[in-house]
This record gives sequence, C-alpha cells and structure tokens, in this order.
Amino acid sequence: MSRLHVVSGKGGTGKTTVAAALALALATEGQRTLLVEVEGRQGIAQVFETEALPYEERKIAVAPDSAGASRSDSSRGGGGRRAGEVYALAIDAERALLDYLQMFYKLGGAGRALKKLGAIDFATTIAPGLRDVLLTGKACEAVRRKDKHGRFVYDAVVMDAPPTGRITRFLNVNDEVAGLAKIGPIHNQAQAVMRVLKSPETAVHLVTLLEEMPVQETVDGVAELRAAGLPVGGVVINMVRPPVLDPDEVDLAANGARAGIATALSSAGLGGARRGGRAERLIDPLLEQAREHAERVALERAEHTEITGLGLPTYELEQLPEGVDLAGLYRLARDLRTQGPI
Amino acid sequence: MTSEHTTLDASAPHLDVDTLLDDPQTRIIVCCGAGGVGKTTTAAALGVRAAERGRRAVVLTIDPARRLAQSMGISELDNVPRQVKDVRGPDGRGELYAMMLDMKRTFDEIVEAHADKERARAILENPFYQSLSAGFAGTQEYMAMEKLGQLRSRDEWDLIIVDTPPSRSALDFLDAPKRLGSFLDGKFIRVLMAPAKVGGRAGMKFLNVGMSMMTGTLSKLMGGQLLKDVQTFVAAMDTMFGGFRTRADATYRLLQAPGTAFLVVAAPERDALREAAYFVERLAAEQMPLAGLVLNRVHGSGADQLSAERALAAAEALTDLAGTGNSGSAGEEDTENLGDGGIVDLEDGKTGSRTADASSPAAPALQQHDPSVTPESKQSPEARSARLAAGLLTLHAERMQVLARERRTRDRFTALHPEVPVAEIAALPGDVHDVSGLREIGDRLTSGHADEAYKKKAGNDAS
Ligand SMILES: Nc1ncnc2c1ncn2[C@@H]1O[C@H](COP(=O)(O)OP(=O)(O)OP(=O)(O)O)[C@@H](O)[C@H]1O
Ligand SMILES: Nc1ncnc2c1ncn2[C@@H]1O[C@H](COP(=O)(O)OP(=O)(O)OP(=O)(O)O)[C@@H](O)[C@H]1O
Ligand SMILES: [Mg+2]
Ligand SMILES: [Mg+2]
Repeated sequence: MSRLHVVSGKGGTGKTTVAAALALALATEGQRTLLVEVEGRQGIAQVFETEALPYEERKIAVAPDSAGASRSDSSRGGGGRRAGEVYALAIDAERALLDYLQMFYKLGGAGRALKKLGAIDFATTIAPGLRDVLLTGKACEAVRRKDKHGRFVYDAVVMDAPPTGRITRFLNVNDEVAGLAKIGPIHNQAQAVMRVLKSPETAVHLVTLLEEMPVQETVDGVAELRAAGLPVGGVVINMVRPPVLDPDEVDLAANGARAGIATALSSAGLGGARRGGRAERLIDPLLEQAREHAERVALERAEHTEITGLGLPTYELEQLPEGVDLAGLYRLARDLRTQGPI
Repeated sequence: MTSEHTTLDASAPHLDVDTLLDDPQTRIIVCCGAGGVGKTTTAAALGVRAAERGRRAVVLTIDPARRLAQSMGISELDNVPRQVKDVRGPDGRGELYAMMLDMKRTFDEIVEAHADKERARAILENPFYQSLSAGFAGTQEYMAMEKLGQLRSRDEWDLIIVDTPPSRSALDFLDAPKRLGSFLDGKFIRVLMAPAKVGGRAGMKFLNVGMSMMTGTLSKLMGGQLLKDVQTFVAAMDTMFGGFRTRADATYRLLQAPGTAFLVVAAPERDALREAAYFVERLAAEQMPLAGLVLNRVHGSGADQLSAERALAAAEALTDLAGTGNSGSAGEEDTENLGDGGIVDLEDGKTGSRTADASSPAAPALQQHDPSVTPESKQSPEARSARLAAGLLTLHAERMQVLARERRTRDRFTALHPEVPVAEIAALPGDVHDVSGLREIGDRLTSGHADEAYKKKAGNDAS
C-alpha cells in the first residue's frame, strides 16, 4: 500500500480539496497522516478553515470516529492502535533550503547573509529544480521518518502537488539535479528522494473533471508519468453531477410527449396547458435547457469512457451544491472511503 | 425582465465589442483573466469575428486546447503566424492569422538575435539556460510580451489579439516580466559574476571575504561544475540583460498606448471575479487602457419567470403523481445512498464505457440516474409525462439557482466597479473546438445579455 500520495490534476479541478479529503479518509482508517502543501498558497488552511499554517507540522484534524481507534492518543508508544489524525505542513522552499544548509553545513549567520544577498531567491529561481528537490525532499523525509521504536511517525503522507502540466518534471527533477550536481550532498539527497518516488510506496493520483481539457491533461499526464517510471495511482473524478434526465428521456420529451407534458405542468399548477397557455409556453425553454443537459451528459459520458480507458482505479466525488465547507470536506472524505482503498 | 437583478445590472454599461473590433484605432487587444476562464477561446473568437468584419487580424494564442489548435491549423509549433482557412471578411478584405506561442523558441530567437554566434551557442547549450527557458516562472509571460512586440513591429496586421498564459492570477501577466527583469538585475547575479568588482570599494572587504566563503560553500553544495555552469551562463547572458530590460520596457509602453485595449475575461464565479477586480484596479494604476469585462460562460433561461422554488415544488408534486418514488430525479439530498444503491454499474451499450475492471475491483462506475426503477413499459402515459415534466422542472430549478448565484457575483463586481463596461457570453453546453464554435462565441458575445440569447434561442428552436 502506498504511503506517499501525490495529488495532482489540472488547475482548479480540486487538487487541494481532494488531497485534504484523502488525508481525512486515511485518518479515518486510523492512520496518522501528514498533509503537505508545496506551493506556498495556504490552501490547506483554507479548506480546514484555520489560520495560516506556520512552517511546522501541526495537528489540524482528528478523524471522525475512526473505526474504534482511541482518540486519547495514549497508544503512541504502546503498540496499540493509533488514533487517526491529520497533521498539516506548508513547506516553504526558502525555509527548507536554510534548514538544509543548516543541517549539512551549520551555516548560521552565513545562511542569513545568503538570504540577504538574494542567493536563496536566486537559487530557487534559476534552478527551479533546486526548489523542487527541497520540496520533494522534505516530503520524502516525512515519509521515511521513524520514531524511537523504529515505527514510521506518519502512516501516510498526502501531498497537494503542482498541477498535471508540471508534475512529472516536479517529481523527476531529482533525476535532473542528480545529473547537474554530479557529486556532493545534493546529489546524494536527490538520489535518495528519487528512490522513494519511484517505489511502490508512492502513488500519484490525478484529479479531473468530466470536461475535455482536464481529461486530456489527465490522459497526457498519465502517459508522461508512466514514461518517467513514476507510479500512477488512481484518477479522482471530481464535481460529478448525477444526470437529472437521461438523453433518451430528453429525446422522448422533445418528440411526441409535448401535449402530455403540458398537461402535467398544468396539473402542477403552472398555468394553462392549451396552446399559448402559461404552462404550454414553458415547454420550449424547458426543453431547450433539457437539450443542453442531454448534450452535457453525453459529453461527460464520452470523457468518462476516455478515463476508464486508462485502466486505472477511478473514484468519484459529487459536486457539492453549496461548495466545500468543513462539513463538505468530511463528506467528501467519507465518499472517498466508501469507494475502496486509494 | 421583471427581476430586480435586471434593474441592478442595467447600471453596468454595455461593452460593445463590435464597435471595438471595427474601430481602426484599435490595434492591440489583450485578453487577460484568471486560469481557465476562457481567455484563449475569447481571443480566438475575437480574431475570427474581427477578420470576418474586414480586419487583417492575427491572434497569438498560448497553450490552446489541442483540438482547437488543430482546427485552426496552428498545431505545428513553428512560432510564426499561419493564415486560418475558412475565415474571410466581406469582399475578401478581412483575414485571420493565428499562431501558438513557443516559449523556448522565442527565447532562443532573442538570444540568437542579440549575441554573437559563439556566445549564442554557449548560452543555448548551457544547462541553466535550458532550465530557465523551459521552466522559469514568468518566462511564458515575458515571451508573450516579446512576441507581441515582434508582431507589432512587423506591421503586417492592423489588429493583434493576444491571449495570456494560464496562470492563477491575471496579474502575473503584468508582474512576471518585471520579476524576470529584477531577477536578472539581482545582486546575487552580480556577486557570482564578479566578486572582485564589489570588493574593490573600501569598506566592502568584509563582504568580499564573506562572499568567497559563500561561493566556496555553494560550490561544495552544488558541486564545482554546477557553480561553474551558473557562472558561465550568467556571464554569457550579461551582455543581453540590458537588452531584455529595454525590450520589456518598450512592450510595457506599447501596452499603455491608446491603440491597446485590455479585455478582462472572467467566469461568473467569486474567485474569477475577484481576480478581475484586482486586475481592473491594477490596469488603472499602470495607466493601461481597459475596454471592459467579458463575462464568459454565463447561464440564462428562457423561462426565468418561473422561480426555482415554484419549479421544485411543482416537480415534487409531479413526482408524487407519477408515483415512481424515483430518488434520482428530484434532486433531494441523497445522503446515505452512495455506499450502497447509489452507485450503479454501467450497462453495456448504454454509454460504451467500461469500468477499469481487474485492476480496480472497487472502482465505481459513473453514477447514473437509473430510469429502469419504473420500467417505461409499465408506466401509464400520464405517469410518464409527469415524470418527464418533473425532470424538466428539476433541471430548471437547478438552472435558476445557478443564475441567481451568477447574478449575485456579477452584481458584486458591478457594485465595486460600476464604470467598467460588461459583455456576456452565454455558456455553450459543450467545449469550443472549431471555427464555427468560435463564431458562435462571437455571436453570443455581441448579442447582449445571456438571458436574451437564451430567449431568442428557445424561440428559434420552437419555430
Ligand atoms: N466536489 C466539489 N464540490 C463542490 N466544489 C468543489 C468540489 N471540489 C472542489 N470544489 C471547489 O472548487 C474550487 C477549486 O478547488 P481546489 O482549490 O481544491 O482546486 P485546486 O485544483 O487545488 O486549484 P489550484 O489549481 O488553484 O490549486 C474550490 O472553490 C473548491 O471549494
Ligand atoms: N462560453 C463557453 N461555453 C462553453 N465552453 C467554453 C466557453 N468558453 C470557454 N469554454 C471552454 O472552457 C475551457 C477553457 O477555456 P480556455 O482554454 O479558453 O480558457 P483559458 O482562460 O484560456 O484557460 P487557461 O488559463 O488554462 O489558459 C475550454 O475547454 C473551452 O472550450
Ligand atoms: Mg490548490
Ligand atoms: Mg488559455
């Protein structure tokens, strides 16, 4: 089973939301989960409706009744079952770089001077790879971290990752950097990270909508990830809207059922059914809307076929009509969980 | 017509896109906006419309959807505009050229144009140049501006329409080139290039020591070769930096010229409109000419006299009447059925799709309304009509809810910026991937409010 879940997808499809829901879902199974974000946007704080996260791992949610797991976390060292919890960390590349320098070189003041000179800015700008090495490195460190009993500190790490267009490069950048910096600690670190990312311990999930562009990106993204030897997990189809009327039914309504529909509308108190009556006049605009609906449903099915053609596990999350608040997030987590292991 | 929203909305001046396109003074139109709102689609649709109204137009698109690019004949990346077939103006006057920006190629061209051969080669081969030209945040924005400058100086077109790169924030288009400039201007770059220069001044000795310590550290960290690569790259680029900045400044001034018109594209959603509001304020601060807001993918209804509440109530009554007890149709909160009955396997032939079988035993299929709960055959015609009518009403209620939400967000923007002219594009049910789709977008853009478009459409279909 994967321990590092990388959640990518086209921009705006729900990466942050799904990553958060997945972290909650895993916690509900009793796993201690770390949710990390790498783009410095405080997206996690937003979905959990808390204040901005500092650069430290911090508990942000306790699993809702995690299948009998004890909530008072006394089991920590006792070998018993842990309570499911979600910790969160907003990784900051600058801070990660300084920590990293500190770790290897005890730079102290020199680190600050580097920062003042804009070296950090420079390093993370001119070599976006370096930035990404730091971000993925931090995540992998959390994946591998063990406590004094030799147990993993986190059962699972979920990453709210960059979008599909950049994900392969992001994850693979360690290869690139290992090539650029042929020796030295950066080289070693990059290789160690790559080992985690290419192992079955990692799963890259892609979030999509049933729309053309996100699906196209998903298909392309899966091909790229596979070509790079990165383990693809599942596809999460987000914001699914169950059809109200089937295309066949819309056809039926448009052809031959008019009079009956007019009568029905009229019987529901919407005016006269005769030609020119209020109910009768509703039919054309209502049918127009139904045709659009049918067209959309047909398109969505075509996109769905495209996705199932990938041969990956798929998961579906409904569009919550009021948007995603905290309660909505828990609901999405539950919906994910009912769809089997991810 | 009767709703209070319409009256409120009347306070926003109408953006007359045809007048903008027809005005020979309009030389550049820039389509900006948050990610995914329809910038590329709008830019391409404006190009088609402008050409068909007699202008010699060129559209610079960025990352267009593949099918759209193919249908416009620009899927080859050769970084020059191609004429779009099938788009002609009256009496053969208008024409449309289009291209897709190749960011790396544009960058390479600049290097080749501004450095002597040997230096150019050194730059192009440097691993850092390669990473900068392909991946640096802001390169795409910078290159879009660069390409705009090039197209403008060729003077072959009387209207240039520019799409802007996908980015979270519309502001990136204006900020990124400056960021690139200030990066290239940065202190650290100078340190790397010539520590001695800085150290020459009295009082800087201490700094110099620190500096060589740091380059030492860096070289330990990155490996000596890496640092050397960076240094040669920076040195090679040095002669060009001034050029970059001068050109960015020139393009910036072009954007402030009176012949330029910015169109801010937004979806009628909170985030997109918030971005749009920021952008409008920013344009004003930069003295860049804003033509107006294009509100894309707006929903309307030909039956907006029937409220969501009444439609839902009627739908419920009809569902009872039909006696189906069919849960999928009435849009009720189905809180618990996801785990059990709610997920229905696709039947073969229904959609032609299959679930990922062996690899994913638990993968659920497309959640689907299942009309077989009450078989058609066993239904009385009345019950069937009632059920269809209930479906139509439920759809209508959903539509009215979307409408209300969109109007609220739009009104919030209008209240904030009552001076900004607005044009709406009614949403198409599907994506836009060919010239006729673009034409349709252009028609919708210029046909007034979404509601009217819907009413007209329903009327036409009826006749
Ligand atoms: N299932 C859902 N139902 C309703 N709204 C949703 C759903 N999933 C996500 N959203 C909403 O869609 C918007 C985008 O979601 P989110 O921020 O998670 O996307 P993202 O992919 O992380 O975006 P970005 O690319 O900007 O990081 C948010 O407003 C979110 O609340
Ligand atoms: N009015 C519309 N009705 C229906 N679909 C539309 C409409 N406008 C745009 N689309 C579709 O929406 C998707 C996004 O549009 P487009 O690519 O133009 O957005 P964009 O702002 O350029 O996105 P990006 O920020 O990623 O560049 C496309 O699939 C397009 O076909
Ligand atoms: Mg996000
Ligand atoms: Mg675009």
